[in-house]
Amino acid sequence: MSTGTRETIIEAVDGLPAVRITREFDAPPERVFDAHVDVDKVVRWLGPRGLTMTVQRWDAETGGGYRYVHADDRGEYRFFGSFHEVRSPDRIVQTFTFEGFGDSVCLETMTLTELPGGRARLVATSLFDSFEGRDAMLASGMETGVEEGYEKLDELLASR
Amino acid sequence: MEDRLTKVFAALADPTRRDMVARLAAADATVNELAEPYDVSVQAVSKHIRVLEDAGLVRRSRVAQRRPVHLEAEVFDLLTAWIERYRRQVEARYARLDALLAEEMTTPATDEETA
Repeated sequence: MSTGTRETIIEAVDGLPAVRITREFDAPPERVFDAHVDVDKVVRWLGPRGLTMTVQRWDAETGGGYRYVHADDRGEYRFFGSFHEVRSPDRIVQTFTFEGFGDSVCLETMTLTELPGGRARLVATSLFDSFEGRDAMLASGMETGVEEGYEKLDELLASR
Repeated sequence: MEDRLTKVFAALADPTRRDMVARLAAADATVNELAEPYDVSVQAVSKHIRVLEDAGLVRRSRVAQRRPVHLEAEVFDLLTAWIERYRRQVEARYARLDALLAEEMTTPATDEETA
């Protein structure tokens, strides 16, 4: 992996129903961490475009929890989980459940590493409780992925 | 479609089967040829191939007595497409986070600092 890129890398983890995401940001770990715990910031980037995100609970601290709803005119998508560990500025461990999709729960571990030049590398590992759960999550990308891919391109072109 | 993907992922969850698939990507091979580098029986290798076959990843062709195992490339295209679309979804999310972070950089007076 070269430094200075912002490419999102997604890998399967050998022998585990897990997915690992690696991404770099042009901001130090403290700021990336803050954008993950400050709910006013979270709502601005976490939810898929075109869906409104309503936060019903948000205690981003060790032992805390969260619950939010993504909604559009086709329906509501409810998510909840616990914050197992929130350790500024480099580590968040939380559970994640997509309500109504069986009893599956995902364990998400995010770590931030400081990079030269005031940058940060984020590594997020999502460990599912079954291979089926992971595949269903990957499949969920089918619906919005293409559309958002183009929006991303627009954004990129506009920012140059 | 989802069932198929689940079978594909399950088949590829095993390191030996992934290794077999990597070798089949280079060229077709018989069961005996595939078994060669592993310290397992031909029967065990046959079992792995059946799992791959069941997932639609490989196919046994009927070339005389040889019956080489052939990799079904389009299944990999499917898999790649799924992962790529998920990747784009994640990328779109982080592009929004980029924008937020960039905005903060230009307006450094945050709530925490002024409080």
